[in-house]
Amino acid sequence: MIKEGTRPTKTLSVILNGQKRVTEIQSNETLLDVLRNKFQIKSVKAACWVGDCGICTVLLDEKPVKSCLVLAQETMNCTITTVEGITHNDKLTELQDAFIRHGAVQCGYCTGAFLILGHYIINQQQRFTFSEIQEMINGIICRCTGYLQIIESILEVNEKQFR
Amino acid sequence: MNNYVGKSVARKDAKEKVSGLAEYAVDIDYIPNLLSGKFLTSPIAHARIVSIDTTEAEKIPGVVAIVTGKDWPVKIGLYAGDRDILAVEKVVWIGQPVVALAAESEIIAEKALSLIKVEYQSLEPIFDPKKAMESKDILVHEKMVEYNHSPAFNPIPGTNIANHFKLRKGDIEDGFNKADEIFENEFSMPQVSHAYLEPIVSIGHYRKDGSIEVWSSAQSPFTVRYLLGITFATPTSNITVHSPFLGGGFGGKAGLNFEPLAVLLSRKARNRPVKLMLTREENFRSAPIRVGMVASIKTGVTKQGKITAQQIKYIWDSGACADYAVNVGRAAGYVSIGPYDIENIKSDSYTVYTNKPYATAFRGFGHLELHWVIERQNEIITKKLGIDPVAFRKLNTLKPGTGITGNQHRLREDAGSIDECLDKVWIDLSPKKDKIKSFDPWIFRGIGIAGFMKGPAQPPNSASSAYVKFNEDGSALVSVGTSEMGQGTLTSLAQIAADELGLPFEKIKIRGDRDTDRDAYTWQTVGSRSLFMDGNAVKNACINAKEQIFETVSQVLRVPKSDLTIKNELVFPRGEPWKHLSLSEVVMGYMYPSGESIGGPVIGHGTYMAKMTILDANTGAGNPAIFETFGAQGVEIELNALTGEITILKLVSAFDIGKVINPQLCEGQVIGGSVMALSIATSEKLQYSDKGDLLNPSFVDYIISRSGDIPKEFITHFVENPQEDGPHGARGIGELTMIGVPAALGNAISDAIGVEIFDLPITSEKIWSEIQKQKPTLISNLKQKMMEGI
Repeated sequence: MIKEGTRPTKTLSVILNGQKRVTEIQSNETLLDVLRNKFQIKSVKAACWVGDCGICTVLLDEKPVKSCLVLAQETMNCTITTVEGITHNDKLTELQDAFIRHGAVQCGYCTGAFLILGHYIINQQQRFTFSEIQEMINGIICRCTGYLQIIESILEVNEKQFR
Repeated sequence: MNNYVGKSVARKDAKEKVSGLAEYAVDIDYIPNLLSGKFLTSPIAHARIVSIDTTEAEKIPGVVAIVTGKDWPVKIGLYAGDRDILAVEKVVWIGQPVVALAAESEIIAEKALSLIKVEYQSLEPIFDPKKAMESKDILVHEKMVEYNHSPAFNPIPGTNIANHFKLRKGDIEDGFNKADEIFENEFSMPQVSHAYLEPIVSIGHYRKDGSIEVWSSAQSPFTVRYLLGITFATPTSNITVHSPFLGGGFGGKAGLNFEPLAVLLSRKARNRPVKLMLTREENFRSAPIRVGMVASIKTGVTKQGKITAQQIKYIWDSGACADYAVNVGRAAGYVSIGPYDIENIKSDSYTVYTNKPYATAFRGFGHLELHWVIERQNEIITKKLGIDPVAFRKLNTLKPGTGITGNQHRLREDAGSIDECLDKVWIDLSPKKDKIKSFDPWIFRGIGIAGFMKGPAQPPNSASSAYVKFNEDGSALVSVGTSEMGQGTLTSLAQIAADELGLPFEKIKIRGDRDTDRDAYTWQTVGSRSLFMDGNAVKNACINAKEQIFETVSQVLRVPKSDLTIKNELVFPRGEPWKHLSLSEVVMGYMYPSGESIGGPVIGHGTYMAKMTILDANTGAGNPAIFETFGAQGVEIELNALTGEITILKLVSAFDIGKVINPQLCEGQVIGGSVMALSIATSEKLQYSDKGDLLNPSFVDYIISRSGDIPKEFITHFVENPQEDGPHGARGIGELTMIGVPAALGNAISDAIGVEIFDLPITSEKIWSEIQKQKPTLISNLKQKMMEGI
């Protein structure tokens, strides 16, 4: 391989989906690129690469971020959670199960982002209304489903917490 | 007996997708020696290429191959070969690929691209489709007549008209003479983007032995394979096309797109594979979009509301290439009067070239556009005549036995009923017809309805096939050619197979990725054709597999084949389930206790051919489609006259789809499709500078609906008048879910405030300025009321 530019490389160490992972990065690499290309985390998708669509949402220290807008070097020693991190073998989370039952999945390209954001919403341990969830997920685009079933899935799991 | 058909079983691919395991073309990076491809695009809308200098770029270490149009000057396209792989003599839109290169990394590729110098000699561009249609001196394609055209199309030499479709019936002047009232209007809608989330990705590998392998975000891998064979003059058997899960398609990934360029780069890169992955901006500028439309309509009606004459001219703005969009103009041409039975028709549908990004298929395929014209016009007519909108429509709608293509081909008796759909929608809307007196005088409520129809637009010899291959344990693999892009057809096909074979749903495997070497053939995944066409093929394949199973079992059990049936994985004579063999005992061949064996591994195959005809070139008469799905949609809105803002209170839909194979999947299509249509109706528009430069190539400037924008309530009805030759009586639905929404919205605005909108998108700004134009005193009066209120 040919060396890309002359930027110095750094060693990045993160807790990715509960595991310590280390890789060499360049200072201009985004978290999105490092996740997809270095760590082979393919559930994190991209549709615009400039922060408009929200498809690349991951949890960074348990908060949702658009990974295309985060420089990888800023995430040193941080924890990162993606869909790979909430699924263990074939045991689905309640939210994943709700997505399937409600038909919240069509092409699936945005599904990882909505699941991760939904996971965050549910982890708030706070009861939200339909329109609050509608507002909270407004930052992620879906072109297939019309959003309704995604909102309903998150709402159902959220409501269950307070039963 | 159906265990699965008619039930909301979960999608076959759901678990893969929620677990992040589903693989898309964008994810494929494991092919050895993969290079990055990038292309340089034209900055000018219309220009002759004077020279291309790549010397500096070639010097960059890591650049492996550079190609220009002259490397492979073959015109590509589906129905008309009008597109260069890379511009050869001239460029025809801003964003057209001119030079491409393959490099060891994307960064190197980008750096090298910046060093390429292209000299252009500007030509006069043409952007307005009406002007383009008249123009004889500014031609986007001077050599159009030399291009290969499918015989179904009629380009007009020496013009920008890529196709002229004519629909003629009766005597139009006679029809207008019989009318009491004549209505003349013009309607339009702009070009829009599919805005599928996964950008276009094509990986091409041209091997040293001349074989070609492609991985592509393609809706129609078999068509890609066929057209690649023509492009590179090699047998189809030399080519393999893989299409993994698609991150949305909506028609934008139908046809042939960037696959030839990826292959060409690989060929030049001494047979190393090359991955082309478009950025969002490149996707907006260089990948295909949806046609724009300008239409003029003249309708003659009696006082009683019978339409006596319909005269229409559609101009489809196809941008710089029309290889697929000629068929949009044709399909919208033969349905150009909508779902109505009219005696006198003169309709002309022109697909024209302009110097803008090129158009392809888009969910609805011209029908959302044409029904915007027809159903808005109908609203204007009913208002003037003072007739109930549904009564007016029902007086004119097609009935089974009347016909399409201007009633020149009789609809099947079991074609379904638009009248039932109109009634179902209207009932859910009409109780609110007496407008609720809102607290604020500037809030207006209104309802609107639109009826429509659509069938798959495909060539008359369009075919589907399927095979069913049994495994040792009695489970089975179903193979079809239809791609999975979100619509969920594969799940419905598995339901059909499970019922036909008497297998539990979990024992049917149907893969989400397509491989043209492995999978059964289908023409394309477009036009809401797959459930009907592939569904019939799957059913036939299952019947064929059962025939093989019964052949063996009839010998073992010594009963006639015709007595046998399969239920719960057991094969037995009807009525005597205790006298059974299990599937697993038979599907790999049956072994007698002696060890002697009969039969063999079961592979069932099935096909389905479209039943259609080529349409008459002068009148449009003929059988254009295997089915028409009828439907109606309505909205109830609240409109703020001071701001032009609309709130969609309710969106009601009804479709006669013959049989609901999977209610949840159908409803998912309806909700998703109608939100997409609302997005197009209220905000989407590709906007260009006066030089033809796209001004909004991003999701910030090209706004699509988000979760906060959806209607407050969805009501969906499915009417089930079965079509005898459909699988379980089913017809297609995917595209239908969008078609009525824009017109219903326009009609609701008219109902709410008496303002007529003729052009999409209906932004708040547009409503507000139309109120100013059409009701100049309304806003000042409201403001005065507001002041008095204080």
